[in-house]
Amino acid sequence: MSRIAFRDVTKRFGDVVAVRDFNLEIEDQEFLVLLGPSGCGKSTALRLVAGLEEPTSGEIMFGDVAVTDVEAKNRDIAMVFQSYALYPHMTVRRNIEFPLRTRKIPRAERVRLVAEAARWLGLEELLERRPSELSGGQRQRVALGRAIVRRPQAFLMDEPLSNLDAKLRVKTRAELVELHRQLSRTFVYVTHDQVEAMTMADRIAIMNEGALQQIGPPQQVYERPANTFVAQFIGSPPMNVVRATVAHGGDGLVANVPGGTIPLPPAAAAAAAAMNLDGLLVGVRPEHLLLDGGPVKATVRLVESLGHERHVICDLSPEEFAIVRLPADVPPPAKGETVGLTATAEHVHLFDPNTTLRID
Amino acid sequence: MDDMSATEVTIALPKPAGRWRARPRLKEAAFALVLLGPSMALFSTFAFYPLVKTFYLGFFRSDPFGLSSNYVGFDQYLDVLQSNEFHRSLITTGLFALFTVPTGLVLGLGLALLAHQKLRGMVVYRTIFSSTVATSVAVASVMWLTLLNPSLGVINYGLEESGFEAVNWLGDPDWALPAVSLTTIWLNLGFTFIVILAGLQTIPEELHESAKIDGAGAVSRLFNVTLPMLSPTLLFAVVVLTINAFQSFGQIDILTQGGPLDRTNVLVYSIYTEGFRNFNEGVAAAQGVALFLIVLVLTLIQFRFLERRVFYGN
Repeated sequence: MSRIAFRDVTKRFGDVVAVRDFNLEIEDQEFLVLLGPSGCGKSTALRLVAGLEEPTSGEIMFGDVAVTDVEAKNRDIAMVFQSYALYPHMTVRRNIEFPLRTRKIPRAERVRLVAEAARWLGLEELLERRPSELSGGQRQRVALGRAIVRRPQAFLMDEPLSNLDAKLRVKTRAELVELHRQLSRTFVYVTHDQVEAMTMADRIAIMNEGALQQIGPPQQVYERPANTFVAQFIGSPPMNVVRATVAHGGDGLVANVPGGTIPLPPAAAAAAAAMNLDGLLVGVRPEHLLLDGGPVKATVRLVESLGHERHVICDLSPEEFAIVRLPADVPPPAKGETVGLTATAEHVHLFDPNTTLRID
Repeated sequence: MDDMSATEVTIALPKPAGRWRARPRLKEAAFALVLLGPSMALFSTFAFYPLVKTFYLGFFRSDPFGLSSNYVGFDQYLDVLQSNEFHRSLITTGLFALFTVPTGLVLGLGLALLAHQKLRGMVVYRTIFSSTVATSVAVASVMWLTLLNPSLGVINYGLEESGFEAVNWLGDPDWALPAVSLTTIWLNLGFTFIVILAGLQTIPEELHESAKIDGAGAVSRLFNVTLPMLSPTLLFAVVVLTINAFQSFGQIDILTQGGPLDRTNVLVYSIYTEGFRNFNEGVAAAQGVALFLIVLVLTLIQFRFLERRVFYGN
């Protein structure tokens, strides 16, 4: 198969556009994560690849072949559902074996392949049980087993970890990455959890309201978000974005934000100035804001402690606020205290207030 | 108020179990009686009492005019169980069940599968398919009486038009039971359809999707996903249809009155004839008890054997 591609794909359900003018190329053997809030169309996009939905317009390509009219069963893919969709009346063995049986694989071969998949996932002891007798984590493994047993060209996963508890999720995340490495197949993985996306993906495709917002390696989407949606969706707590005006300061262009001024990266500031915009959106991540008595004055509204770090929520004005991330070993300011914030130019992001697009 | 505080104190300082639990338990029992009372009264009046009374009536033999009756113990039961009439009636009933239950189930399943698709206007078909559930036995029987009429009926008209010979459906001893069965299948179809359609709607769509991706075609999905997931519903439908078949009366009374040559004289009709035509209360009662036991045993067997193939979910 090699690559999976969306070519101008649009999918409507009645009046609702689930996926809009979608163009995306997924490389062979890539681990691609489709990330976005619920209802953003990421699951629909995955189902379009699976052949469970037909695009309203556009083509799904596997390699150079348009598979838009190819039935799901002939696409040589496997899918892991959020609910796992195990066949409740079949034993674990029969569940894993099912894709082989439908393809008329000889019995001896089926036995061998099921044993191999079971060994891989540590399911040997559970083969004769029914799904109802398994824990959530075990069911998830059976779903994985059923997917890998046939060695398809691509694995599609729809939030496969969201029904697991937090500890198991972390463990399974690492195992999925390892599985991807060993199988050398394309993985398309849908999630709303940015941590899953950041930790597992080769590239992340971020979607919102049916449209692709940005695609790139995790570090890139974190460091250079393409618009304010991505800027605020990736990162926790989200990036602080406030309205500002550009002015000439001592060392070049600065932004007047509520509470004071912050320096701007020269190239981006020049580009913004050239665009003749009425105002600007300025973004700084909570981890890049310093509580060092800097030039931006703010009042502490709330300090949230997470154990390993603290989030200080500061009011810049009655309408605007900013979150500062503090390491746990730094003593936090008191509630109601007036503090001074600093942002360094290299960590300031600029966005067009009309289009919300990044300005470089 | 005194009661309340007393209870609180005893809970706070538990005494030996028997004493401090006696009061709430008595209260609970009284409350349970209040709740169960209405249904107990109904069941007693209309089910338990008639059942016991029927069993009791079976011990008495009536004279030929139905005037006096003598206690004969189990003799009458033995006579009934050994009589040729009873055996023939039993065979007829069995055949009737055999004609109606499997066909009705398969037809109901077929219609439900057709109507389970997401297509525009499907609601109209669902309404049509389930409509027989709202049709009374009498109306349905009269309708089929017309349809099956040897000279005026649409069915014979169709047969003759396509080059077949007309059949005297309800008058021909070989055709009467199939004709009554046809009416019964039609009558039960609405119920079977509704029950199976409801069962289909509880099967998670993801199972079908998963099976599609796993390479299963429509037939494979039917046998590997739909039918196993539907098995509790199908078992329920089989049990109810079988009981229905053994209890059918109305359509037989209207269509054939048990004839011709007793070929449609099913058990319930035979009970009716004995009890209300021949005034043989005792014989009718004995047959009634036999029918009750047969249906009971059949149902137990069905649960016992079919349940092994039934999957009840998590």
